[in-house]
Amino acid sequence: MRQVSTPLVATRARRDVATVRQDFPVLSGTANGRPLVYLDNAATSQKPRAVIESLVRFYQTENANIHRGVHELSQRATLAYEAARAKLQRFLNAGDPHEVIFVRGATEAINLVASSFGRIRFRPGDEVVVSAMEHHSNLVPWQIACEIAGARLRVIPMSDAGELDLDALRDMLGDRTRLVAVVHVSNSLGTINPVTEIVRMAHDAGAPVLVDGAQAAPHMPIDVQELDADFYALSGHKMFGPTGIGVLYGKAKLLEAMPPYQGGGEMIRSVTFEKTTYAPLPAKFEAGTPHIAGAIGLGAAVDYLRGLSWEWIQHHEHDLLEYATEQLRFVPGLRIVGTAARKAAVISFVLEGVHAHDIGTILDQSGIAIRTGHHCTQPVMDRLGIPATARASFAFYNTREEVDALVRGVQEVRAVFG
Amino acid sequence: MVDLRELYQQVVLDHNRSPRNFKQLPNANRTAEGTNPLCGDQITLYLVVTNDVIEDVGFQGAGCAISQASASLMTAAVKGKTKTEADALFHAFHAMVTGGPNGAIDEKALGKLAALSGVRQFPVRVKCANLPWHTLHEALAGSGDTVSTEEGGSDTPDDPDRR
Ligand SMILES: Cc1ncc(COP(=O)(O)O)c(C=O)c1O
Repeated sequence: MRQVSTPLVATRARRDVATVRQDFPVLSGTANGRPLVYLDNAATSQKPRAVIESLVRFYQTENANIHRGVHELSQRATLAYEAARAKLQRFLNAGDPHEVIFVRGATEAINLVASSFGRIRFRPGDEVVVSAMEHHSNLVPWQIACEIAGARLRVIPMSDAGELDLDALRDMLGDRTRLVAVVHVSNSLGTINPVTEIVRMAHDAGAPVLVDGAQAAPHMPIDVQELDADFYALSGHKMFGPTGIGVLYGKAKLLEAMPPYQGGGEMIRSVTFEKTTYAPLPAKFEAGTPHIAGAIGLGAAVDYLRGLSWEWIQHHEHDLLEYATEQLRFVPGLRIVGTAARKAAVISFVLEGVHAHDIGTILDQSGIAIRTGHHCTQPVMDRLGIPATARASFAFYNTREEVDALVRGVQEVRAVFG
Repeated sequence: MVDLRELYQQVVLDHNRSPRNFKQLPNANRTAEGTNPLCGDQITLYLVVTNDVIEDVGFQGAGCAISQASASLMTAAVKGKTKTEADALFHAFHAMVTGGPNGAIDEKALGKLAALSGVRQFPVRVKCANLPWHTLHEALAGSGDTVSTEEGGSDTPDDPDRR
């Protein structure tokens, strides 16, 4: 079970957005000569000073390769890297630090499972289930794995509001189902999927589940044991950590049965030309020199999040979501895309007669950063019959004033286009 | 700060709202499709070319205001022109949109196309404006393939997405 934070930590937790913003140097900057309004958090989050400084400190005082040197510096680097693993274990409430594999990001985490698990488990006629709202990174690796194995990809449909059809999933699951891969929080619609229920249903059918948690980790506490997820994928840069680092959580029993994803240094026990035996977890899946500084920086991000309170984060982000949803409704011709009952603070929208790209350019002139396009979820756009959306995605450091700026910006778009 | 009205001039908004030559040509002897995967701009261009003269031109498509207005303005500009004249227009247009904020504009050569001069202040939008022209180039070259702004090299080095 998740550790209950002590009252001391709870009272120390910061619950004030003005104070929290001071932890993020970039937020006091400008864009196009205007104060930056950063609403592109689903693409990547900003970094608190603690994370930036952890990278500098590592390179200035501890930089060495890990697991190799007899020298002091290498030992310090190894300790820091493994301490970061322990922090991520705690963050996910994984049962064992060996179940935490450092990878490049959610994309690599998913490719690792698709390639390695797919190789031993997918056979002709087997089925792999994904949902209609997957990011391309939780779709294309499964298409590739299915093609190699001659397996079939099934898709859980969704409603116009952006909610998955679990009855359809129930009908889909069967003794051919080898794996279910589903996004926890949709990056383009904001939907929070009922992953606990999906995991239960898949397990009843004997299928393991990979949860793409790239967009969940910045918004809510995650407990992989409570979810009973078999695999869970994270991207460090979306949860206030550095780019180039992420995590694959996997249940030890599954990871142990899987063949290596890449071969090289670090991941072996012994090598001869005749036979190579592999290292135990997690080294088996961490071939080559990893992003040591990145892992340490991600550990610092997780520490930073522990200094906040999830209760405050969720309350504040919910307020931003409600406020923005309400305010944007006043803009003539604006329609919000993705209206699930349970949503993270992500608002995709379309504006009648104006392409998303033009919205993005006009907002940018006011220093407002949003994302426009298909958000790497082309099937979602096709399903909803739209070419693209404009998307404002929030983090706990955003404010109601920034929502006001967004609304003013969209009204200016209306004024330009008439 | 650059003025948005320079990018979204009335001529541009008008051509976006009511594109000229927005039709398929049943008798087209050259067609090409262009896409901009980054933002989903898409156009299909139809040409009737006789003895090196663009006798008729039409397009269909969807996308941002810049790409659609550029396509509309282009079709109006190249109708009746020879291939060589169309190529010269392409070069003048390309020079304008990639010339940087203070680049020269050959208004005499460009005519109405100069309405898109604001694009030079918005480097990320250059490929939107150029898409129809790359597509025209492809159609005239006659390979009939799909043009993608992610593949052609001619927007470099002014195209920041490629840096
Ligand atoms: C839901 C989701 N999954 C996976 C990814 C891929 O993350 P990365 O590019 O960091 O590997 C993203 C990134 O946009 C995402 O939003």
